[in-house]
Amino acid sequence: MRPGFVAVALLVLKKDLAIEFKSREIVYTTLFFAVACVMIFSFAFVMEQGVPVEGAAAGILWIAVAFSGTLALGRTFERERYSETLRALLLAPASRPAVYAGKLLGMILMMTATEIVLTPLVAFFFHAPFFARPLLLAALLGLGTIGFASVGTLFAAMLVRTRTRDVLLPILLYPVTIPVIIAGVRGTAALLQSPPEEPVATLWIGLLTAFDVVFLTLALWTFEPLMTE
Amino acid sequence: MKKLFVPLAVATAAMFAAAPIAIAKADYESTMLLVQKIFYFHFATWMAMTLAIAICGVASVVYLFAGSKIADWYAVASAELVVVFGLFGLFSGSLWGRKAWGVWWQWDARVTMATMLVLVFLGYLMVRKYGGPGSEKLAAAMGIFGAATAPFVYKSVDWWRTIHPQTTVMKTLGEKWPGAWYLVLFCSAAFVLLTVLVLTARVHLEAMRSRLDDMYLAAED
Repeated sequence: MRPGFVAVALLVLKKDLAIEFKSREIVYTTLFFAVACVMIFSFAFVMEQGVPVEGAAAGILWIAVAFSGTLALGRTFERERYSETLRALLLAPASRPAVYAGKLLGMILMMTATEIVLTPLVAFFFHAPFFARPLLLAALLGLGTIGFASVGTLFAAMLVRTRTRDVLLPILLYPVTIPVIIAGVRGTAALLQSPPEEPVATLWIGLLTAFDVVFLTLALWTFEPLMTE
Repeated sequence: MKKLFVPLAVATAAMFAAAPIAIAKADYESTMLLVQKIFYFHFATWMAMTLAIAICGVASVVYLFAGSKIADWYAVASAELVVVFGLFGLFSGSLWGRKAWGVWWQWDARVTMATMLVLVFLGYLMVRKYGGPGSEKLAAAMGIFGAATAPFVYKSVDWWRTIHPQTTVMKTLGEKWPGAWYLVLFCSAAFVLLTVLVLTARVHLEAMRSRLDDMYLAAED
């Protein structure tokens, strides 16, 4: 009997997490890269008196998330390619969308782990009141991560076979996910206003949900033909 | 299509010859004056680009799921047209923005999203060029995602605070200023015809290339 969709997805997730717990490679490198990004941005956005440009924190947070996310996406499939396990994964008697879902879940968890450290750090460095509305911020970050990772996992998977994957991943991923980044940055910026503009943030959360639904549906639909040689 | 190509090309050429004269003769708009005349081609370009995006999206789906080579030719031909018309639209929009907003470039929702669409389809062309063997499939994914985000670009103006004219402007133009409305429709028809013509020629070129490749392979055997 073929295992069900959820069972396969969880098995793939378990496998990825087991490897990650052993080496902690992706979480550590991604986090370090994200912090390095924040440092570089601080040179651009902190002016002479040591005061950051108003509203820069939201942009810095999201750019750090997007850049470090790209790094993690590249690594998780590079690992499969390097140990030649991708073919085994695709040959397994399981539905391809379930494999995709498992990979996506792992990706979302790793990006979330980075964000949990990154968000307080940006709030600390740039005096940003991120935690005035913690639930709305969590919703923005969570939905944004799902949208970014859903396209990213699909693109990273399909690019594994190409020679120029390192260059092509950001080239393809950023234009498609710009709407997600815009929604995330604008929504977060609305929360940083005093008082926080909750209706604006909720509007962006609604849009992010719409993007997530579209991206996830398309990715689950196209993963099978894209991964078939 | 082969029989229709020449008559259609002549008709399109006639329309593009007549359009500037009709635009020159049209009334001045009260606030934008001469610059308003950009609008006839500006709007028409975006219509042509929308058509090209739709063709690219549908062709990409057909290619990915049915593996039809012809669909792939249509997809690459239309993706090139999206980039060409997109750049033209951004350029004419920039001229318009200089007069209406006082700046050449404004980061408003519609402009940002239109730029994003051009980038998506530039990405489509890049992955085809640099992706190596099998990159047609990867490009098809890009075409599908690009076409799927296009409706968000269209609605962005209505949802977000922006300075670009709302989409409702077009719906009421027919009543308020019929002369301009018909001229906009005429220019849009001309651009749509041009899209169809260039697309046909470009697909024909891809077909010839494919035949040439097959002949090379046959000669080598």
